[in-house]
Amino acid sequence: MMRRLTIQVLFCSLIGGLTIPQSLAQSRGAATETLIRNATVLTVTRGTLTNADVLIRNGKIVALGKNVRAAANAKVIDATGKFVLPGIVDCHSHSMLDTINESTMSVTSMARTSDVLNPNDIDLYRALAGGVTSLNLLHGSANAIGGLNTVVKIKYGRPAAEFIFPGAMPGIKFALGENPKRSNFQPQAGQTRRYPMTRMGVEETIRDAFTRARDYKRSWDEYRAASSREKNLVPPRRDLQLEPLVEVLEGKRYVHAHCYRADEILMLISVANEFGFKIKTFQHTLEGYKVAREIAQHGAGASIFADNWAYKIEAYDAIPYNAAIMTRAGVVVSMNSDSDERARRLNIEAAKAMRYGDLTEEEALKLITWNPAVQLGIQERVGSLEVGKDADLAIWNEHPLSVYARVETTFVDGEVFFDRQQDLAKRPEILRERAQLEAADPNRPPAGGASPQAPRRRRPTNADDDMWEGGVEQP
Amino acid sequence: MTTRAAEMGRWGDTVMGRRREARIKRLLVMILLVSLAGSISFAQQPGNPTAQSGVLPPRGTFVIRNARIVTVSDADIENGTVVIRDGKIAAVGTNVEIPANSQTIDARGLSIYPGMIDAGTSMGLVEVGQGAFGTVDTGEVGDLNPHAKAIVAVNPHSAHIAVTRVDGVTSTLSLPTGGLISGQGALINLLGTTPLEMAVVPFASLVINYPRTTGGGGGFFAPQQVNLTEALATANRQLEQIRKLLRDAEAYGRAKDAYAKDAKLPRAEQNLILEALVPYVRGERPVIFRATRESEIRGAIKFAEEMKLRPIILGGEEAVKVASLLKEKNVPVILTGILDLPIREDDFYDSLYESPAKLREAGVTFCISSGDNGANVRNLPYYAGMAAAFGLSRSEALKSVTLYPAQILNVADRLGSIEVGKSANLVVTDGDLLETRTHVRHLFIDGRLVPLNSRHTDLNDAFKDRK
Repeated sequence: MMRRLTIQVLFCSLIGGLTIPQSLAQSRGAATETLIRNATVLTVTRGTLTNADVLIRNGKIVALGKNVRAAANAKVIDATGKFVLPGIVDCHSHSMLDTINESTMSVTSMARTSDVLNPNDIDLYRALAGGVTSLNLLHGSANAIGGLNTVVKIKYGRPAAEFIFPGAMPGIKFALGENPKRSNFQPQAGQTRRYPMTRMGVEETIRDAFTRARDYKRSWDEYRAASSREKNLVPPRRDLQLEPLVEVLEGKRYVHAHCYRADEILMLISVANEFGFKIKTFQHTLEGYKVAREIAQHGAGASIFADNWAYKIEAYDAIPYNAAIMTRAGVVVSMNSDSDERARRLNIEAAKAMRYGDLTEEEALKLITWNPAVQLGIQERVGSLEVGKDADLAIWNEHPLSVYARVETTFVDGEVFFDRQQDLAKRPEILRERAQLEAADPNRPPAGGASPQAPRRRRPTNADDDMWEGGVEQP
Repeated sequence: MTTRAAEMGRWGDTVMGRRREARIKRLLVMILLVSLAGSISFAQQPGNPTAQSGVLPPRGTFVIRNARIVTVSDADIENGTVVIRDGKIAAVGTNVEIPANSQTIDARGLSIYPGMIDAGTSMGLVEVGQGAFGTVDTGEVGDLNPHAKAIVAVNPHSAHIAVTRVDGVTSTLSLPTGGLISGQGALINLLGTTPLEMAVVPFASLVINYPRTTGGGGGFFAPQQVNLTEALATANRQLEQIRKLLRDAEAYGRAKDAYAKDAKLPRAEQNLILEALVPYVRGERPVIFRATRESEIRGAIKFAEEMKLRPIILGGEEAVKVASLLKEKNVPVILTGILDLPIREDDFYDSLYESPAKLREAGVTFCISSGDNGANVRNLPYYAGMAAAFGLSRSEALKSVTLYPAQILNVADRLGSIEVGKSANLVVTDGDLLETRTHVRHLFIDGRLVPLNSRHTDLNDAFKDRK
């Protein structure tokens, strides 16, 4: 057995050694050091360092400050006039998910986003080009209690398993308001209307699920207590729907709850208090500013849009001052994308909190770095630039809160996953290849006809939570 | 001419309506005075803010001093003064005469810009897109609706209007969207208590959705199977429908003119649909073609040439691929979608970010638009900003949301830059107009000093101090 394994490993490394191009192998090894020199370093938690260096070794930040010395063979990047920002953490994404909503039932805590990861989603690369390095991949908002989330690092080009963020707290999606009510969706022919269809029913659905989860937990607790005394007891039947909810009750799983209106936010706080669990984040939280005190008292965070409003009735009272009001009330606030499009410019979304409500530069930067990291329980590793943390960061040509800013290079675990110069250099070859493919027989336009259609996208271009109108699937 | 007279005739009703409105306004002012006299607080109800006003701020004489004036059409002026009188810019410079009885704004450290113009919106036609169909007035029933006029349905009291203007967008082209011929767009100032008060050009353009062959763009919800031959035949059929209607309108116009000269000739039966088209088929007003893909843009240019229309391309995500033709035929583009995801999976990540720079390089006339219904039009500066991050110069980016849309819509004599004689649509800021963190400090539309409140500032005021 052992020998077979050894041979396999040997074989794999042999193949690997043969097929991995030299340049990639080097970047993969990450044994060499990278020194980013003479940049303005926005640490987020420890202020701004000017004319500072960042030294990366083995995927970690090993030194920060002036005149950092690196190994002789270190790769040196002159970042004079440029800015280094921690990798942006997007606390609400549906990127790389082949499907989003198991919307046949109102409680789908047995469904897992980790089962539908597509590591080849091109929008991951585009997010990297916007300085994003971590994503909270959430189930959709069709159900009062949705599926389980997956926190990932964007290791575009690697197998899905390598994306999983080590040690991130597991989570689950809840949803309140119009979406779990299915108010904007007509049942298809032959379908009946699903319960619930009011905010009253949404509350009851969650209370019912936690009542069952509490009983289920008790039956296991009793079984475990009894088995220490007695042997050969029959264990309770495993319930994959209730297990994650038991984890919520035990504080081992974060609740990320989609919500809009103030009343439903208060409702969920009340249910959570009744069952003795915490909401980790309210997602969207458009009327969070109306109940900021209550959200802060519960200890929940809020992950929001900067300024989206009026796309549906429950979004009519959304205001761009939301981030500032909740921040001032002591709520940990993050700006998320909920869209592959918006994910590419979260820096601009963060800057909007300076325009509306006058957050400071540092507070605005926290909205997309430190705060979402806290909301996902990954702040020990990412979310700020500190020695010992993961080298997940991006180099920007301007201050990232400027509308004129552009990402030059993005690192994840010390490796380059996006580089603008490399991207530009590859373009002639890609264009050549494209032209060849277009000229190939199957792709030639019919005589006198139009060019063939663009290939169907895998998912909606704007897979937002309900930002998107008139569709079949409700992300 | 007959067409315009007919339109204006219908608007005559509105003018009469304005007298009624004036009476109502007087009544409102009286109620206000009475309430104030009784020292009743007139503060807005928390939770129900409106930011509406039934009374326009007056057109006074204003002097903005010590400002950096970004004229857009000419060089910036440091420590300059702008004088506003009777709705117009009366003087600009460092050494201007200060009129008596003027209101002065000291703008030390601030900058004055012309108000931004978004030429690709449906402002005032949509309040809430989903779940409130009663507030959506963008698309009429049927495919051929040249008689549908945005100016009729623009809601001057829409919350979107104040929300948009307080961020520095002072005018929008508000467009219907449905069918093949959607209707006529209105160029409006984002201030007014009636649509006509807002109108800069009430009938600014016809809107034609150029027939698509791509089955809705190949998006996720495009039909599963598109038979290209069938799709092509459908698109050709649709184009033929449009062509026939436009030809009928030409003939109708000729018949009406002939009858006007010689009443012995047969009188053409009044036809509101054809009537609406006459100024467009005669090239008196521009025709906006919504066209995204290369083939649509080429088709639209060819069709416009054939029908002798004055075309403007709206959308233009693939305009870069048609740049030389656009330049050759001098067809301007209202460019939307800069912040959309690239069209194809293998398109370069910045292909839409950099399209303004490429159009500029190729010498194509274009302006930048958010392409938004209304709620997010205030983000217009960030579309231009992104274009500047990817190759467009900052001054060109600024022009593409101020002077260029004014030029494309043929109102550069009135809007788009800070020049004497132009409408006083001005934004006073504490920084670069396109920068996200910049604040608007003062706002003038049509020479009126506009309060900087909106539904959003009102809700902020109502809740920010809740402890």
